[in-house]
Amino acid sequence: MANTLWIGTRKGLFSLRADARRRTWRLSGPQMLGHIIHHVVQDPREPRRLVLAAKTGHLGPTVYNSIDRGRHWQEAKAPPAFRKVAEGEKPRAVERVFWLTPGNPSEPGAWYAGSSPAGLFRSEDHGLHWAPVAGFNDHPMHPKWAAGLRTPDGELLHSVRVDPRSARHLYLAISIGGVFESTDGGADWAPLNEGVAADFLPNPDVPYGHDPHCVILHPQQPDRLYQQNHCGIYRLDRPARRWLRIGEHMPKAIGDVGFPIVAHPRDPDTVWVFPMDGSKVWPRTSINGKPAVYRSRNAGRTWQRLARGLPRAQAWFTVLRQAMCADAGPRVGLYFGTTQGEVWASIDEGESWRCIARHLPEIYSLTYAS
Amino acid sequence: MITVRVPSPLRSYTAGAAQVSASGRTLAELLGNLDRHHPGMRFRMIDEQERIRPHIRIFINQREVQALTEGLGASDEVHLICALSGG
Repeated sequence: MANTLWIGTRKGLFSLRADARRRTWRLSGPQMLGHIIHHVVQDPREPRRLVLAAKTGHLGPTVYNSIDRGRHWQEAKAPPAFRKVAEGEKPRAVERVFWLTPGNPSEPGAWYAGSSPAGLFRSEDHGLHWAPVAGFNDHPMHPKWAAGLRTPDGELLHSVRVDPRSARHLYLAISIGGVFESTDGGADWAPLNEGVAADFLPNPDVPYGHDPHCVILHPQQPDRLYQQNHCGIYRLDRPARRWLRIGEHMPKAIGDVGFPIVAHPRDPDTVWVFPMDGSKVWPRTSINGKPAVYRSRNAGRTWQRLARGLPRAQAWFTVLRQAMCADAGPRVGLYFGTTQGEVWASIDEGESWRCIARHLPEIYSLTYAS
Repeated sequence: MITVRVPSPLRSYTAGAAQVSASGRTLAELLGNLDRHHPGMRFRMIDEQERIRPHIRIFINQREVQALTEGLGASDEVHLICALSGG
């Protein structure tokens, strides 16, 4: 069952399966009709396994896992939940499980989940039982790091990234809160936001309080990080600690605001973004109604507009942070899902695009499974 | 045994049953026993701080209750209600 796109939507789970050449796509679903699916992720260590984050309008958040490539789903026996607070402490409850990340290859069965309000959780058994990561959730600085700005959906903990060389080296991001790093398996954390703008704050020169929308780590070169932020596109080459704003090289008329950023599976210098309108009242739609992907082949020094096949006018959609992904083909396939329920595919690294599904519910997550 | 009326969003936990029975001297006990027979059901209604979730309402007979410490009698009926607006 190669070449599957899992589509998490506001109203259920769908999938698109391709032939070997990725030219014909067959839509299946819905599964879990009416469930809000925030993220669906394949386990690269055991590809028949998937984990999915869900809730419904009425019911609390939970997680499901599959051991048969998504044919059947089993609900977690202990979904992500904060510890019960002591008397006098501010109570915290998970409102949504927003993000899922498989653990390091050396830890089979390990998964991380990020929530809103901002919490980090870990499972040791493929997502059946979850426990709070106290080193982050109870860090003395957590109330300041995840103070948010009372945004309607709360602070979102996302972009949990595990260094493939070490299970102890972790990154995560909070929108709004910033990027944080742990080098001891999550026992302690420190902000990693130097060089990142936070021009919405009264004092933009702060160590945390930034708004990363999506942070990625290149799987082949794990010291190379990219970030699509509310305030620009950035690159960081560790061990440096200062992010470089590579979005300054985007066309000024387009700017460098967006939600997703996607890495090439092999080339650390190639990334794709989907810019959105962050002007005036922040419409967050494709810019001027003309959607386009932008690609850099040189780590953000220059960018190319890629819009062949995409609507040329009057297309006002948004691509959310989990809704853009790449496959690992020899010529990389790139995919995005829109807030208007369309899935667009490119099998030539973004040069040309075609719509492979439409009329779905609002797409929250689009992930590739081999 | 107390009769519990189950709304459709929770019936995946009761094998489709719209009505189940459970015991308990308080609402907390009843929900705990309900969860033993229908694992996972309680957490979808009650958060980790023992609060009823925002879009869940619980009635004992005709009276809406907000505390899990509410007492229950054998002849009581508990209604679990899902309350949400919008599309």
